[in-house]
Amino acid sequence: MPNFTLNGISVDVPEGTTVLQAAKTVGIEIPHYCYHPNLSIAGNCRMCLVEVEKFPKLQIACNTVVTEGMVVKSDTEKVRQAVTGVLELMLINHPVDCPICDQAGECGLQIYYMKYGLHKSRFAFEDKVHKKKVQDIGGQIVLDAERCILCSRCIRFLQEVTGTSELEFFRRGDHSEISIFPGRPLDNQYTGNLADICPVGALTSKDFRFKCRVWFLRGTRSICPGCANGCNVEAHFKEDIVYRLKPRRNDDVNRTWMCDPGRLEYKKANEARLLTPVVRENGGLKAEAWEAALSFAAFRLWETVEAHGAASVAVIASPAFSNEELYLARKLAEEVLRTPNVGFSPRSSGNGLSDDFLIKADKNPNTRGAQLLGISEEKFDDIVRKIEGGEVKALLVFGNELADFPGERTAELLSRVPFVAQVGTNEGAVSLAAHAVLPSASFVERGGTFTNHAGRVQRFWMGFPPRGNARGGIEILVGLANRLGAGWTFAGEASVFRAIARSEAPFAGMSYESLGELGQIAGGKG
Amino acid sequence: MAIGVKKVARPRQMSGGETLYLLEILRGLGVTMGHLVRNVFRQENIATIEYPEVRRVMPPRFRGLHRLMRRPDGTPRCVACYCCATACPAVCITIVAGESPDPAVEKYPVRFDIDMLRCVFCGHCVEACPCDAIRMDTGWFTPPEHTREKLIYTIDMLLEK
Repeated sequence: MPNFTLNGISVDVPEGTTVLQAAKTVGIEIPHYCYHPNLSIAGNCRMCLVEVEKFPKLQIACNTVVTEGMVVKSDTEKVRQAVTGVLELMLINHPVDCPICDQAGECGLQIYYMKYGLHKSRFAFEDKVHKKKVQDIGGQIVLDAERCILCSRCIRFLQEVTGTSELEFFRRGDHSEISIFPGRPLDNQYTGNLADICPVGALTSKDFRFKCRVWFLRGTRSICPGCANGCNVEAHFKEDIVYRLKPRRNDDVNRTWMCDPGRLEYKKANEARLLTPVVRENGGLKAEAWEAALSFAAFRLWETVEAHGAASVAVIASPAFSNEELYLARKLAEEVLRTPNVGFSPRSSGNGLSDDFLIKADKNPNTRGAQLLGISEEKFDDIVRKIEGGEVKALLVFGNELADFPGERTAELLSRVPFVAQVGTNEGAVSLAAHAVLPSASFVERGGTFTNHAGRVQRFWMGFPPRGNARGGIEILVGLANRLGAGWTFAGEASVFRAIARSEAPFAGMSYESLGELGQIAGGKG
Repeated sequence: MAIGVKKVARPRQMSGGETLYLLEILRGLGVTMGHLVRNVFRQENIATIEYPEVRRVMPPRFRGLHRLMRRPDGTPRCVACYCCATACPAVCITIVAGESPDPAVEKYPVRFDIDMLRCVFCGHCVEACPCDAIRMDTGWFTPPEHTREKLIYTIDMLLEK
């Protein structure tokens, strides 16, 4: 454990730690562009210069390993002048087109200019070297070569993480720029990360392009609902519209990356949403108030149990719902409706693509959670058989689709059931056939936990209250159960999770505090 | 300390002739007739103006209705940077940005609405604009309209002013 002194503070760090990493642990920020915690060290931006005693010249903090007794200063006038000089050099050929740049507001150049620059430009605009703007280089990325500061983060990402090496430096001196090889556009499933790691506006997202200024956005910690991997993300939204997902660092799950299809998952929270409870009676559809819709659904379920027995009622849970909601759905089926018919299917109509990195074939965020909560997959096929046999008289469906069945098959199946209630977020074959549609909140509008493919239970937080008249799944389930005489007192996801931790063995001993931001492996491991 | 006492003079008793107000009425009529006769024969210094045909000239720094500027080729100078919408304390500017067919322009406003019913004419939008695309130098204030919708000025209306 070498001990060194940074700006007069004595710091103990593990062997092999660099000055920049060590500074971060004690809360001292050293400016940098090319350093990235999950990429190799290039040391070419020269922003992280620090003064090291007994070294004649300034050293780069990102590639200087701490040694015993080292004395480092990052706050001297000499360092400041050097950093200011480096920044001015980078801005010489920068077009300063911040008004039309999507990076404005979260741009490294803007942040460090306000901290270390604040200089007047000594370079006439006409003398700047101009490079090609607005280049569609494939994937989700637009390249603006002029704005680039040549930090090489993108090049290293494509070499080290995806291994596809589509980007490279071309030309020399102040004409050097990054570009793809002619006719070889970006061809991998992780291009969106380039926009995240680019410290300036050279690589920006095609999907987010011109949609919203970043300073209007607010963020919430979330989990990507796109597949079983459960990448940690930050959902950015303005009012009740989600604009983008950005990866959040979790070295055990997704490091700092996420896949391109996952980045588009936010659209489900905006488009084709079910926003108001709808009841279908005597052939007509009617928008209802929550109280009336819940009472209607509860009454029809009760009526069916009374008339045909509990075995004529079935509950189809969805692996797109949180652990808390699945637990309550199971509890509703087992303890309130007393039906043995409760199952779920991990099959979904998604493309089923997978790779050996982040993308999993299972396109549900919480299949493992449903399994750990003892909801059975075999029961699903059993329930489908019973529907075909006309044994199911009332059905409570969670989610927007029935397994991977096409629309006609879903419609045909559901038409055999006299009463179908749906708890779901989006329009689809199920909502078209349901007799009571109970709209639930999207993943940004409620809190809870998902269990990923490896059994890691991870929290996601509510960003904003449910859109329109939608409600959180827990609230809907408690409303239904209490109308059936359950007397549940759950309020909020935390109280449900406490109940899960008490009664479900794989979740024993867990709490929202112990999960923290990064989650915990279910079953007592890790 | 004794309270200061101030003697207030009582109004003078009016004489019998004054209580008839006859002289004062005639003097007032005289002023009116004087203006009438003057306005009939000399029309330079009339105090009232015939609005809206005639408009008063506003001081040069008067912050009036907004207008959007054009480039020499006629396209809007605005690049939809949202600086004005960010600076606006009344949140009356709605912008929707789009990809311009001209790669040299890149970003342009598809929609640029100012809700004149909300605008407080503070001029922050003009200060914030990096392109001098919005000005408040039309020298005029919001005219009355019959419906609220007519007071939400669209990009075409703002470019015409």
